[in-house]
Amino acid sequence: MSDNKISLGKTFFGGIWDNNPVLRLLLGMCPMLAVTAAVKPALTMGVSVIFVLLFSNIVVSSLRHQLKPHVRILMFTLTIATAVTIADLYLKAFMPEMSASLGPFIPLIIVNCIIIGRAEACASKNGLVVSIIDALGMGAGFTITLCVLAAIREVLATGMIFEQPIPAFTDFYVPWAGMGMPVGAFITLGLMLGAVNLITKKTQA
Amino acid sequence: MDTLQTLLLGFIGIVVVNNLVFTKFLGICPYLGVSGRIDMAFGMGCAVTFVVTLAGTLTWMIDHCFLMPYSLEVMRYLCFILVIAGAVQLVEMYVRKFFPALYESFGVFLPLITTNCAILGLCLFLNLWGIDSLLEAVVLSVGAGIGFTMAICIMAGIRENLELADVPECLQGAPITLITAGLLTLAFMGFAGMIR
Repeated sequence: MSDNKISLGKTFFGGIWDNNPVLRLLLGMCPMLAVTAAVKPALTMGVSVIFVLLFSNIVVSSLRHQLKPHVRILMFTLTIATAVTIADLYLKAFMPEMSASLGPFIPLIIVNCIIIGRAEACASKNGLVVSIIDALGMGAGFTITLCVLAAIREVLATGMIFEQPIPAFTDFYVPWAGMGMPVGAFITLGLMLGAVNLITKKTQA
Repeated sequence: MDTLQTLLLGFIGIVVVNNLVFTKFLGICPYLGVSGRIDMAFGMGCAVTFVVTLAGTLTWMIDHCFLMPYSLEVMRYLCFILVIAGAVQLVEMYVRKFFPALYESFGVFLPLITTNCAILGLCLFLNLWGIDSLLEAVVLSVGAGIGFTMAICIMAGIRENLELADVPECLQGAPITLITAGLLTLAFMGFAGMIR
């Protein structure tokens, strides 16, 4: 039983650091770059991804014995598309402004490689509990990375965070417009990956 | 004359000004994954161009002929992804039959065109921009493919030269590629605001 607990914990925290989908596996780069101009859309995106990941992992894991190998990818994709449609309609109904500003990036969760990757690598081989924990860990890892990148970019681009001014900082800070543009996204993510590589090497040595 | 102008502007717009890779961050995965060698990058670009043309046209037709008249918009994402998956399957069979060497070198990236956001992204943008003529939809789809090919080829050219450069150890591989992509984006920002 305790072994089981340890491995579940490992699965969860592995998703956040050791197997972080963005920083280690380089999956899901497109939304990573596109929605990180500010923290709020990044958080919305992260929560939507957690929901879709959880939904698809649960469905795939429960159906894993019925799946025929050659139709599995199709089945994964259709499950994910259904979950994304639910998330999209929910956002349109309850957060219309956020939905409009995220534009096509919510439907684009369908082609986010993290989700199909986890369905293939984890949910189609493991039981329900492991799949749920894996989805939560991976989703949390994705969301945290998304928010860190978004926070760096928002602070540097506007001098504010969560659209609120920061006391004693916003007054004299000169906004760095480039950070809010595509350039800032690419370069910040590049440097973040570099930093993660450096930390890994330092801790292993 | 007016139509011709709209089409031409739309085409140039999507190839350079609103390039999907540089301004919309679509198709980043193959952009980083397959841009190691220029011939592979070009092959990938051609495959994507073909799929995006087919998928853009078909999804536009499905959207306007079936989904909108019967208000089945809820089914839109499901239909789109099925069309794209079918088109990719077609390309995969064609490449395996006629260019076996290219097929080997692509490996997993060929089926992954299905999950290339540039393709689904374009289909969604056609809907979002409210394109209402079939001809314009086709032109924009081809343009998006050509824009992607151009972006990935430029990147591959730079990366071939980057192999000889002295890059700090922790930045090797993906990080330096991302930073290069950032600088390329900066260059393409010079076109911003030219059209639309």
